[in-house]
Amino acid sequence: MQQFMTTLLGGLTLGAVYASFALALCLIWRSTRVVNFAQAPMAMVTTYVGLEVIEATGSYWLGFAVALAAGFVLGALVERLLVRHVEGAGDLNIVILTLGLFVALHGLAALVFGSDYRSFPAPFGLKGLHVGGHNVAITPFGVFTIVAVGIVLVLLVLLFRSTDVGLRMRAAAFSPEVARLLGVRVGAMLTLGWALAAVVGSLAGLLIAGGNLVFPQYMDSVVVYGFVAAVLGGLDSPVGSVVGGLILGLVLSFVSGYVAGDLVPVTALIVLVGVLLVRPGGLFSHVAERRV
Amino acid sequence: MSTLAVRSAALWRVPLLRHVVLGLVGLTVMLFVLGSLSPFRDAQLATMAYLAIAAGGLTVLTGFSGQLSLGHGAFLAVGAYTTAVLLEDGDPPFPLVGVMVAAVVVTVAVGAVVGIAAARLHGPYVAGATLALAVAVPSLARYLDGLGQEQGLHVRVPDVPTWFDDTVWMITGADVDPTSYVAYLGWTALVVTYVLLANLMRSRVGRTWRALSNDDVAAEIAGVRLGRARVLAFVVSTAAAGLAGSLMAMAVRVTSPSGFSVDLSVTLLSAIVLGGLGTLSGALIGSALLTFLPQAVTSWGTSAGLSDVRAAELAPVAYGLIMIAVVLLAPAGIVGSLRRVWWRRRGIA
Repeated sequence: MQQFMTTLLGGLTLGAVYASFALALCLIWRSTRVVNFAQAPMAMVTTYVGLEVIEATGSYWLGFAVALAAGFVLGALVERLLVRHVEGAGDLNIVILTLGLFVALHGLAALVFGSDYRSFPAPFGLKGLHVGGHNVAITPFGVFTIVAVGIVLVLLVLLFRSTDVGLRMRAAAFSPEVARLLGVRVGAMLTLGWALAAVVGSLAGLLIAGGNLVFPQYMDSVVVYGFVAAVLGGLDSPVGSVVGGLILGLVLSFVSGYVAGDLVPVTALIVLVGVLLVRPGGLFSHVAERRV
Repeated sequence: MSTLAVRSAALWRVPLLRHVVLGLVGLTVMLFVLGSLSPFRDAQLATMAYLAIAAGGLTVLTGFSGQLSLGHGAFLAVGAYTTAVLLEDGDPPFPLVGVMVAAVVVTVAVGAVVGIAAARLHGPYVAGATLALAVAVPSLARYLDGLGQEQGLHVRVPDVPTWFDDTVWMITGADVDPTSYVAYLGWTALVVTYVLLANLMRSRVGRTWRALSNDDVAAEIAGVRLGRARVLAFVVSTAAAGLAGSLMAMAVRVTSPSGFSVDLSVTLLSAIVLGGLGTLSGALIGSALLTFLPQAVTSWGTSAGLSDVRAAELAPVAYGLIMIAVVLLAPAGIVGSLRRVWWRRRGIA
């Protein structure tokens, strides 16, 4: 029972991280039809920025805020300076652009911040909670992770459903030309979409880093699982991303808890291929399947 | 113009003949070049050979038929592990060529299964599935008994056959040491693979691939059977990857999970982008860049005052930036841009 709870709660925490990462991918996919493979390295860079601030000032929350702000700026810059110029040049070119960014940012981070392992502080305890004399297998930081991802999801839904900016962003993604005719500044909306996605990605980076070691490759597993989670959910649906992330986190946590840690990547592959063979557009795709 | 020149110009237009002649020229040049270089350069050229074979296969899949594979490293791993298991005790059950064929057969079997699954999927979904594959295969190698887990397997390359040593000595006057033996194997395999791929790309099959990468709906209306063409591209591409993996096992001499990280898959993809997507010469140039650029950039970095560790990070920065620059400035890659200049000069385009 104890092990079951540990695995379940561990899976939920892990799932929340994958969910936030998948959410970031989904935001960009919805607005620009690009899978941003550079998401993880971008988050890695902003986490390093946050770490530098924390080490200089000693305040976790200041570092946290600076990292998120850095994510916003970096996301906007990447869209404005790079992605904007390959728009319409074929899907493959944009993917390759983000992969180039992936490789370059990894190298740059190692150059600037060094490739040593550095420990990242956590704002909350990393020991299990005590509730009514029982040990519960979730850490305060784990609770923070789940709550933070929940808040982000709610904020995003509110943004897209009930604000003017959100409506414009949806219009720009849905039909750029019509939106432009109606006075929406489509370019600015796309930049904003990338910036917001990078903020969410940075959050995922901070949540993984908290209480752990940081090095240029520390996000690499999240690249794969976050992407798998987003594809599971259907890439197009924010709710799908979160559900996909949670499902994946739970499944992987149970496999590593009860079977073997080395089988985790294989399980991710089996889950992904299994789902895609039944529903080639992911679990939450509501676009009619294009028959080709 | 004399009739001979006219006739040979006409023959040059026959792809099969042209490719075979180019291949034979390549083999001859290789024979002399590899014999005259230091073991270190031979080892580098062996690396270039397996990268180029894998990149050639990826060109067929991604550049030509338009399916983005982020997991080609996984297929190299399958080929490499097959080779490593067969060569583990230094006494393979069949000659070395047989070992390489076995690696290709096993990889193709895996590739066909993946290809059948991938043929149902679209753009980013193929990328996602192959990316998951790229992580799954190395971790499976860690898990399974008999594959050496984290340390991996040592690969013992069989001795240089005497007839081979003698023949090379007769022609070039140089002895064949084990390192250059692998380089000879690699370049022979490279020339054979490229001649085969070049012919395939100019054939009916190649045209169907090109059609479906340009517009799959139009291709299907024109009678191309999409599923079959896509799976075939996967099979051809993984055959090359299996061969490359086999040579990689022999060149690196250790086959371990850490050799097949996602980085390898991304590296291969960058090779085909740098040279120019969709051409074999582009894949060849890209692999040459990937082989020789890191060393040049690193030594430039140390001479500019960086420590060794940091200077080693300059290489990924360099080809990351080159990838971005290629996409922004020369989307057709090096070969594509040169071709365009050539055509413009001749007033065709």
